[in-house]
Amino acid sequence: MSTTVTPSRPGPAPGLPRAGRTAQRRRGQRSRSDLLPALLFVGPATIGFLVFYVWPALRGVYYSFTDFSVLSPPTWVGTENYQDLIQDELVWNAFGVTAQYVLINIGAQTVLSLGLAVLMHRLTTSMAVRGALLLPFLVANVVVALTWFWMLDYQIGIVNGGLDWLGMDRIAFFGDSQWAIPTIAMINVWRHMGYTALLIFAGLQTIPTHLYEAASLDGSGEVRSFFTITLPLLRPVLAMVLVITVTGSFQIFDTVAVTTAGGPVNATRVVYYYIYELAFVRFDFGYASAISVVLFLVLASVAFAQIKLLRAGESDLS
Amino acid sequence: MPRHVRTMAALAVLPLAALAACSGGDSGSGSDAAPAGDTLSYWLWDTNQLGAYQACADAFTEESGVSVKIEQYGWDDYWSSLTNNFVAGNAPDVFTNHLSQYPQFAAQDQLLDLSEQVAADGVDLDQYQDGLADLWVDQEGARYGLPKDWDTIAIFYNSTMLADAGLTPEEMSVLEWNPTDGGTYEAAIASLTVDANGVHGDEPGFDKDDVEVYGLALAGAGGAFGQTEWSMYAMSNGFEYSDQNPWGTRFGYDSPEFQEALTWWRSLIEKGYMPSFEIATSGVSIMETYGAGKAAMVTEGSWNTNAYMTLEGVETAIAPTPVGPTGERASLFNGLADSVWAGTDNPDAAWQWVSFLGSADCQDIVAEQAVVFPAVQSSLDKAVEAFEAKGYDVAPFTVHVEEGTTHLAPIAENWAELNSLVTAAGERFLSFQRDADVYSEANAQVNALFE
Repeated sequence: MSTTVTPSRPGPAPGLPRAGRTAQRRRGQRSRSDLLPALLFVGPATIGFLVFYVWPALRGVYYSFTDFSVLSPPTWVGTENYQDLIQDELVWNAFGVTAQYVLINIGAQTVLSLGLAVLMHRLTTSMAVRGALLLPFLVANVVVALTWFWMLDYQIGIVNGGLDWLGMDRIAFFGDSQWAIPTIAMINVWRHMGYTALLIFAGLQTIPTHLYEAASLDGSGEVRSFFTITLPLLRPVLAMVLVITVTGSFQIFDTVAVTTAGGPVNATRVVYYYIYELAFVRFDFGYASAISVVLFLVLASVAFAQIKLLRAGESDLS
Repeated sequence: MPRHVRTMAALAVLPLAALAACSGGDSGSGSDAAPAGDTLSYWLWDTNQLGAYQACADAFTEESGVSVKIEQYGWDDYWSSLTNNFVAGNAPDVFTNHLSQYPQFAAQDQLLDLSEQVAADGVDLDQYQDGLADLWVDQEGARYGLPKDWDTIAIFYNSTMLADAGLTPEEMSVLEWNPTDGGTYEAAIASLTVDANGVHGDEPGFDKDDVEVYGLALAGAGGAFGQTEWSMYAMSNGFEYSDQNPWGTRFGYDSPEFQEALTWWRSLIEKGYMPSFEIATSGVSIMETYGAGKAAMVTEGSWNTNAYMTLEGVETAIAPTPVGPTGERASLFNGLADSVWAGTDNPDAAWQWVSFLGSADCQDIVAEQAVVFPAVQSSLDKAVEAFEAKGYDVAPFTVHVEEGTTHLAPIAENWAELNSLVTAAGERFLSFQRDADVYSEANAQVNALFE
């Protein structure tokens, strides 16, 4: 997850004179004196961005055209990695599995957090209740994954014990290829939905209450108000939340690494895990970089499409 | 791979108090002693062994004046940390190395060739258990490590369940196995299996779809190594991993000896004596499953002896792996060694430390801790005694060394690719998506890696 900071540009000074050398010079002086503090504020972030994001990303793109095993210098191989990639069944499998994960994860998470956010907004003002929703998010990913891994164990897990007690069949949550991805997706829904709900809740607070009052005077119920007022006015916030959560969701790694390690067979070998295996287990950093570049392009197009389709830049309010 | 620990290994870094040691004294190693006050870094992954090697390090510092700083990372973090530190130029001077990893590091010029030092100091390579020292020599004759320990495979079983099934420990020590009907080994597994109604696997009315206690636990498909999963069956059926070892180039996963053994092994799932692949991979680990009394037998490596014997709530004993159609038992014989990083600032001191780790002096210290079996032959008795003092009869592990039924672990180039090909085949096989012929397809791909 990342936040974008748009440096605010100084607007035209009020009462700007039409022309004149003195006025122009004065404006020039103003700009110069603004420039230094501006650079001072933007500088640290820019340096970090260049050193930790742009430069590694460019290196990654370069490595994707090489055969590189880290310990010996890379050798240029042109587009060979990309040609291999198209024919690699495991790459296609990885993108398919990841897409399945994202659909389940984002679908369930968005609906549930929207519900939670509305409940928070309309039903309670208690900070304790609102804060409690955040709790799962405060637990480290790996700890969440391990805890669920234990609870969902086929033979000794409490969930299967419960299913047994209810007279239902036990389920091999992580071992059955039909169940593995939905299980991992739902674990992460559980962890992230409170956090996502909080983001949406912040959006809900921007909707003026008088709209609801007017609607209820006109005889609109809670359900109708939700679909005709809340959802349309929430659109820009929802778009932002979706861009962030979808991008994060595509990058699923830790839960897989801790529980299934890509198995059974290839059922949970998601893109990031496959990249990790290629790079850090098989030392094929060139090929792993090529897949990372493809993933980057996919994510960029998905985010772009979301922003365009959901018209994230404009609000229906006003 | 021997350390299956899935849990996030706690990163325990134990810095050794770097006290300026006293005199160099009369160091036994003939070569020029390193200047006192040097510090070496040393990495290992097994917390169980930390105490033993700390004791070795203290003795070494006493003798040479070189202090050793030991760092320990869990198995999962160990190799990626090591690689990162190779790249960063920060790797430890000396580190514990594994047979499946070192060919790759050697190919990348990260390991110091120790053959000259071994010759110059006249290290007696015959002091080690047969073959262990040869595993660390590459095809050009360069030596990348001195052996420190070894491991074999045996069966840990639940003594209480054994008595319930009407079996005796004596019967467990003479089990025989064959791929046709499974022999007395399968009979034992069957009678140890119990369904939800308390019916044993060899009794009429056994419900194989509602099993409470499995006779034999299943860890997974075992990849290309199958060390604790299937190697003891396949090799006692005449299977060889490759045409030569180390550095084989033609592999045997398409052989009938291999495929018969694995088909029998998988049949235990159909009979309800062993959990399905789905159940196995949906479980935390077989040690927890066994500890919770959901499995009566586990095939495991000697490095886990203490862990199994000290499990609470179950009473455990050890039995040797069964005798197969070849008329012999079989176990993989795997050993760790200490390697020197090529980028070390202090190759002389590093070699002295490796040489001390591989000496009877250090291995006697390790043996007394009863954690692993030392590579030096003369230290073995001390280790067995130390295990006996704890009340563990480890003869089922040492029987392979005494009877000569150890098989050196396979070492090959391209192991990472090879392993991922055979792993994928094995998981399809074990989950009944494919029959054993899937291994023949994988084997063809494996052989193609070496052409």
